[in-house]
Amino acid sequence: MPDVIIQARGVEKYYTQPDGNRIEVIAPTDLEVLPAQIVALLGPSGSGKSTLLRILTGLSKPSAGHVLWHGQTMDGQIPNVSIVFQSFALFPWLTVLDNVEAPLVARSVGAVERHKRALRMIDTVGLDGFETAYPKELSGGMKQRVGFARALVVEPEVLFMDEPFSALDVLTAENLRSELLELWLSKKMPTKAIFIVTHNIEEAVLLADRVIVLGRNPARVRADFRIDIPHYRDRKAPRFLAYVDYIYKILTRPMEVAEAPGKSVAMSGDGQPRERTKFQMLPHARPGGIAGFLELLVDRSGRDDLYKLAEQLSMDADDLLPIVEAAELLGFAVLREGDVEITPDGRTFAEADIQSQKAIFREAALKHVAILRLIENTLHAKRDHAIGEEFFRDILDEHFSAGEMERQFETVLNWGRYAEIFDYDSESGRLFHREDSDVLPVKEEA
Amino acid sequence: MASPARQPIRIFGKGPWSLLPAQTWSVLTDLFLFAGGLAFFYGILVLARSWFGPFNPHVEISRDASHLPLYAAYSLLRIAIAYVLSLAFTLVYGYIAAYNARAERIMVPLLDIFQSIPVLSFLPGVMLAMVALFPHRQLGVELGAILLIFTGQVWNMAFSFYSSLKSIPRDMREAAKIAGFSWYQRFVQLELPYSAIGLVWNSMMSVAGGWFFLMACEMFVLGSNDFRLPGLGSYLQTAAGAGDTQAIVWGIATMIAVIVLIDQIVWRPVIAWSEKFKVEQVESSDAPRSWFLDLMQSSRLLVRFRKRVLHPVRERLSLHFASQHISGEASPPQPWKVWLGRIIAALAMLAVIYASVRAIGMMTELGRSEYRQIAEGAMATFGRVLIALLLGSLWTIPVGVAIGFSPRLARIAQPLAQIAASVPATALFPVVLLLLIRIGGGLGLGSVVLLLLGTQWYILFNVIAGAMAIPTDLKEAAALFKFNSGQRWRRLILPGIFPYLVTGLVTASGGAWNASIVAEYFRLKDHTYTTLGLGATISRATDSGNFPLLLASTVMMALVVVMVNRLVWRRMYRLASSRYTLDI
Repeated sequence: MPDVIIQARGVEKYYTQPDGNRIEVIAPTDLEVLPAQIVALLGPSGSGKSTLLRILTGLSKPSAGHVLWHGQTMDGQIPNVSIVFQSFALFPWLTVLDNVEAPLVARSVGAVERHKRALRMIDTVGLDGFETAYPKELSGGMKQRVGFARALVVEPEVLFMDEPFSALDVLTAENLRSELLELWLSKKMPTKAIFIVTHNIEEAVLLADRVIVLGRNPARVRADFRIDIPHYRDRKAPRFLAYVDYIYKILTRPMEVAEAPGKSVAMSGDGQPRERTKFQMLPHARPGGIAGFLELLVDRSGRDDLYKLAEQLSMDADDLLPIVEAAELLGFAVLREGDVEITPDGRTFAEADIQSQKAIFREAALKHVAILRLIENTLHAKRDHAIGEEFFRDILDEHFSAGEMERQFETVLNWGRYAEIFDYDSESGRLFHREDSDVLPVKEEA
Repeated sequence: MASPARQPIRIFGKGPWSLLPAQTWSVLTDLFLFAGGLAFFYGILVLARSWFGPFNPHVEISRDASHLPLYAAYSLLRIAIAYVLSLAFTLVYGYIAAYNARAERIMVPLLDIFQSIPVLSFLPGVMLAMVALFPHRQLGVELGAILLIFTGQVWNMAFSFYSSLKSIPRDMREAAKIAGFSWYQRFVQLELPYSAIGLVWNSMMSVAGGWFFLMACEMFVLGSNDFRLPGLGSYLQTAAGAGDTQAIVWGIATMIAVIVLIDQIVWRPVIAWSEKFKVEQVESSDAPRSWFLDLMQSSRLLVRFRKRVLHPVRERLSLHFASQHISGEASPPQPWKVWLGRIIAALAMLAVIYASVRAIGMMTELGRSEYRQIAEGAMATFGRVLIALLLGSLWTIPVGVAIGFSPRLARIAQPLAQIAASVPATALFPVVLLLLIRIGGGLGLGSVVLLLLGTQWYILFNVIAGAMAIPTDLKEAAALFKFNSGQRWRRLILPGIFPYLVTGLVTASGGAWNASIVAEYFRLKDHTYTTLGLGATISRATDSGNFPLLLASTVMMALVVVMVNRLVWRRMYRLASSRYTLDI
């Protein structure tokens, strides 16, 4: 295809551990950025979306595979692309004007011309009057407008956005989104394509012409489809909701992929079942959150659409999905076609009092969670019923990247302590059995 | 902007001054600046004449107070030159350490070691080398003093710059990278601003430390050589030696005046100005301000200078480097550069190996009795440092907490304490020693007082900061639970100030070891006061030109300091940051 702007061919990212064991973060992936499209890259947090974005811009090198720019293999940065960051990444010591001018300075644009272009762009994003303000004097929404102005002032061929609205409150985000869309649709924006990374399903369906859904551990493209609803889209329209529901379905069903409501462009599949690792990846949900979610589900007669639940709770998919996955993992709920349904075990758990809840949780956790079972057995086998955390960290380390390992361990601690499977002393970093341990550290009254 | 209710007191702008129209003010400012510039150049000329004059082994230090301004200017210039050198070194060292992964592995631990070596034991080596380099000029001794101050102040600055560079947020770096910044633009728009605040604070600390060393090295004896540099330090020593109380008072008053002046026209403005480099989401309500900065910013001369000279130059530079960056992007690394780097690294390695072999050879010349002397000295000094820290904590913790808890007290006590702390302890040593001798105490206990003098302030200021950082709701909870004073101290105050206390003690302990070199061995007039200690051993070795002993005792002190840091302070830090932090 001659008019593909950026193309990723079999890009991969992995970390090699000292013992030669490879932790794969991104599985071999093909991706392309086409002109006149808004592409949304959607996936749960920690799925490697941002890494993929950095590979596509050339900021980060893939471990294998190539990135092509207009059919040309690129070794470093892609010329003339911009990024809008979740954290804004403005330079706090520069005024709004200097921030927007900075990329032009880097391109050797003279002072007069630079000034003119920066002012025009500041005007476009609706910040005229704030040229001499410093970023810290601005609200979050206005800061991100500066971020947009700085990215757009160089007239980038592709505008990359890394969760640009996640740090903003709901109303500000909505306002900025619609203005962005307006600039894009009215062609006031001098870019050929937009590539947005997000974990917000509705945001993706609202903005994108094409959505790419990423799976986790390692990241791989699970679905790649068009959204053919004309702009501006109505969030309450049945077709809109059908897309949202569909994406929930993909995200909650690792194995099977349903038919897209529209025409599906490509279905880079996950047809083959994932090889079963010895220790499953735990969703990062807290026991209290799981209990609360199940109680809500009981109130809603035990079954509901995921997107409706998310709306009811005003939660992002990113926050809700781990809870749902955890409930499913523990056998408290099952997922059917984007619906979640409570199981009899789940109902007992939701309706129990605090102490029995712990007992039920403990039983379910030991039954379904391999690492907790291992901890329980190890502690029983040890004579002093205590063991350093490093032992379990090392085990997790063989399955997950360093950052993910930390999160996994934190979740294991959360669940295990709640279920009273073990106790944990953070100072010595030891796990131990509560009742029958003789190493219980005697703490001074804290 | 500060809210009107919290306007800082400004010397200019209100009161009788406001009778003058603003126009007159800016003319006056310009005149003042002009006169200041003139005075500065005159000062440089006078100093240069003395520097390039013939070497005079017996500079007579006059006790006449009319010489004090000149002496102060001499001392100031030494500090200033050493500081500029330190800054330049800092930028280069920090940059290389932060960006060259291979160099980083050597350069960062090296910083740690250099910081632990007692600077004053460098004195003889540096002096002799410099005098040998310029045998017939006063310049040699001057350069020796400057180099010494440099080695005293550079390490913490270099470390601060390095760690600032390493902690630049990834997003900001990527924003600069994706926008295609040249190295120059990245340096002035990202790296330098991001490290500015750390650099400013460390510069202040370094310069304060510089005064400490300068006072000690302006007048000292090495073997048969009596080195003297005209300056505030030598003036105070001479005055104390002669027992001239009036001259001592004049000298200390000048010292305080100089330090307050520098604070007002250098550090305050720089701090107020560097406020804009703070990486914060919201503007803080009471940002530091400086009357001098306001004054400078109102100067038309400076405004014009900025517009006509500074801006065009900066613009030229940015565009120059940007165009170079764009055109020279694809140039491959030249092989000769790689080879040159390797050859230099290999030579450096050989030099290090040669020097350490020679050093070990030198140390084997020492007999067993000398090693015993070093070991006993180390124990004695260790005990003294411990007592000084303990005594320091005993008075500073209650006082610091009282000041930190009471804003009213803080307003009065803090500026006073700051002035008291800013007087370099070494300047006071001769005076205090004179008093001690009159009272009749020996140097064994006296040196503890001297150590205390130099180090108690670090603890005090940290305790004040810690007490201020204890959240009000915790204090209210303690009041609500009706804690008695014992419980209040045990459950609230001590855990609350713990991390700050540790920081203060670490700094104080390092300072105390260094100060022991001047505190345990002192020459006043023709009498040498000394006591058992590692510092005294170092000083005595210096005095008699016994280099093997000097080397061995210096190595011993560095070892002890590094060991104490690793075994005690690092653990305390870890405990402080894991258990006693207040942010959850």
